[in-house]
Amino acid sequence: MWGLIHKLGSPKWFYQLSATLQPWCWGAAALLLLTGTLWGLVFAPADYQQGNSFRIIYVHVPAAFLAQSVFVFMAGAGLIHLVWKIKMADMAAAAMAPLGAAMTFVALFSGAVWGVPTWGTWWIWDARLTSMLILLFLYIGVIALRGAFARRDSGARAASVLAMVGVINIPIIKYSVDWWYTLHQPASFTLTSRPAMPVSMWLPLLIMVAGFYCFFIALTLMRTRSEILRREAHTQWVQTLVKESR
Amino acid sequence: MPSSDTTPQVAIVSESKAKPRLTVALRATLVRELSRMRRRRGEVLNPLVFYALAISLFPLGISPEADLLTAIAPGLLWVMALFATLLSLDGLFRSDFDDGSLEQMMLSPQPLAALSVTKVAAHWLLTGVPLAVMAPLLGVMLALPLHSYGVLMVSLALGSASLSLIGGIGAALTVGLPRGGVLLSLLVLPLYIPVLIFGSGAVQAAVVGDAVLPHLAMLGALLAAALIFAPWAIAASLRISING
Amino acid sequence: MTLCLQGRQLGCERDDRWLFSGLDIEINHGEILRVTGPNGSGKTTLLKILAGQLNDFSGALHWNGQPLSQVSEQFAANMLYLGHAPGVSAWLTPLENLAWYQALQGERGSEEQREAALARMGLQGLEDTPIGHLSAGQQRRVALTRLSLTPRALWVLDEPFTAIDQAGVDALEAQLAAHADAGGAVVVTTHHALNNARPLCHIALG
Repeated sequence: MWGLIHKLGSPKWFYQLSATLQPWCWGAAALLLLTGTLWGLVFAPADYQQGNSFRIIYVHVPAAFLAQSVFVFMAGAGLIHLVWKIKMADMAAAAMAPLGAAMTFVALFSGAVWGVPTWGTWWIWDARLTSMLILLFLYIGVIALRGAFARRDSGARAASVLAMVGVINIPIIKYSVDWWYTLHQPASFTLTSRPAMPVSMWLPLLIMVAGFYCFFIALTLMRTRSEILRREAHTQWVQTLVKESR
Repeated sequence: MPSSDTTPQVAIVSESKAKPRLTVALRATLVRELSRMRRRRGEVLNPLVFYALAISLFPLGISPEADLLTAIAPGLLWVMALFATLLSLDGLFRSDFDDGSLEQMMLSPQPLAALSVTKVAAHWLLTGVPLAVMAPLLGVMLALPLHSYGVLMVSLALGSASLSLIGGIGAALTVGLPRGGVLLSLLVLPLYIPVLIFGSGAVQAAVVGDAVLPHLAMLGALLAAALIFAPWAIAASLRISING
Repeated sequence: MTLCLQGRQLGCERDDRWLFSGLDIEINHGEILRVTGPNGSGKTTLLKILAGQLNDFSGALHWNGQPLSQVSEQFAANMLYLGHAPGVSAWLTPLENLAWYQALQGERGSEEQREAALARMGLQGLEDTPIGHLSAGQQRRVALTRLSLTPRALWVLDEPFTAIDQAGVDALEAQLAAHADAGGAVVVTTHHALNNARPLCHIALG
């Protein structure tokens, strides 16, 4: 176990490993996303209440899942970076942050679009959407803090601390927003909360969620690899790599 | 400069004699903060003046109608207290960072987390508590019913302690940056949302005569959580900023 | 009592650039170590490492034979660091600043003790003037008062001669020499050549 962690901590080793992993992740992502999209948009039955507009769920829910879990991954990487001083973890965190923010934005935007047929308005202070909006601000904070430091190493450490502070706060924020919501709008309709979804509806959703995760992993690997090249540009192995590719 | 009189032999402090007395250091730090602020009255007064001024803009911007003001008063008083706290945060560690005192705090044999929380406590005493004391005055201007003033003060006093602690993390993270002020608010405001919800919730409940205790209990729980997590986060952030 | 701070193969990397590497340092009692080098060569960083303030460096530090990280509390109780910034608050008087420093070390001290120490630094009459009203040299003198007020075996001083006048420079030099004579040790960065016959070690960076 420790050997694996230390191997993963070596940028060169990670670079080589990710080279073999990457095509598989892209393949799986393409396959899953294609299946899920076709199934969800074409073959799944329409909702008895919302009609076809419910199909936004196949983008909204996976994006929302990812938006939240990416923050947790990022904080985990931050912890590894701070405690064991493994710079590889920080490169991964730096690669993940904009992806997580983008997923949060997708979840927010799809929620807003969904709001038009459902509530007749683009924005409603729904508990989930509100939490998602706050999450977006948390992401922007982490990204901005990293960028604000002149020295990259300090920015990396500061971003790691903030990500960990954020991840402790996310459940608290979620809980308090839910409390606030029930206090102000006790009986209103919430997106995606439904008593029972038939298999033909949730199975494609599951596939889409898996597809989003694969897509995210593939993209993170790709971005981490370019971050490795950027940071390790002065090392022997990167320079030979560049020479070979010429 | 010292005259070269009989210089005593330099002694190396051994393990047993090195026991530093934490309470002495903490009390001295609190006294130091309070006397520093006594000489920088503006630093203490400005957030309060901002609070009063900002609150008095709302009737001008919205409407002087009492019913409307009563409805929005709990939220306004709380949101503006948030901003007033935020305004004072940038100075929390800044001057100690610039003059090298933070470096000395870090190198002292005392735990940095305890020393920095003492500074945060002083910040709360000089910002949060005065805001809480002043809030009823502004409540009058916003036509807040009399019976909710007690809850307003208690909720602000309790909540602002969490605000100081959470804000301390943001201040510690941005103290090394030349213009950390705006970034600080970006980092800290999202983390303030739970405090805002339960704080203004308490006042709203008091206005309509609902149970207030659940809200206040939640504010207390938030403060407990902040007391557990914030000190190490502040200390870790300060170390990053000092060595940046 | 002996005193020994050892650094082996010290190196410090900042954003993929090595400030210095492979540095072997040993400071024993009775020694003055002077660190020189051009701007940006990592003098301050080296001093921060030797003061136990930075921990992201390569190599190992030992205090009296034990790894520094294991005896950090004991080390902190024997070391006095003066950084680039004097470390005194502009809004407090010299007496208040010094009282706080003593308290940080867990000592209460006494007002007479602090007044005497300030007087020895030529600051009598200024005890109750806020630091912000003093000149840069006077502020530095207040910071240097700590050398005699809180006795420590190892002094780590980053540019201590900055801003003080010639008489002050001479006196501080004598003080450093006396400290080494008494069995203490000094690590100092300065552009100013120390002109006395101390067992002076010298490290040039850059």
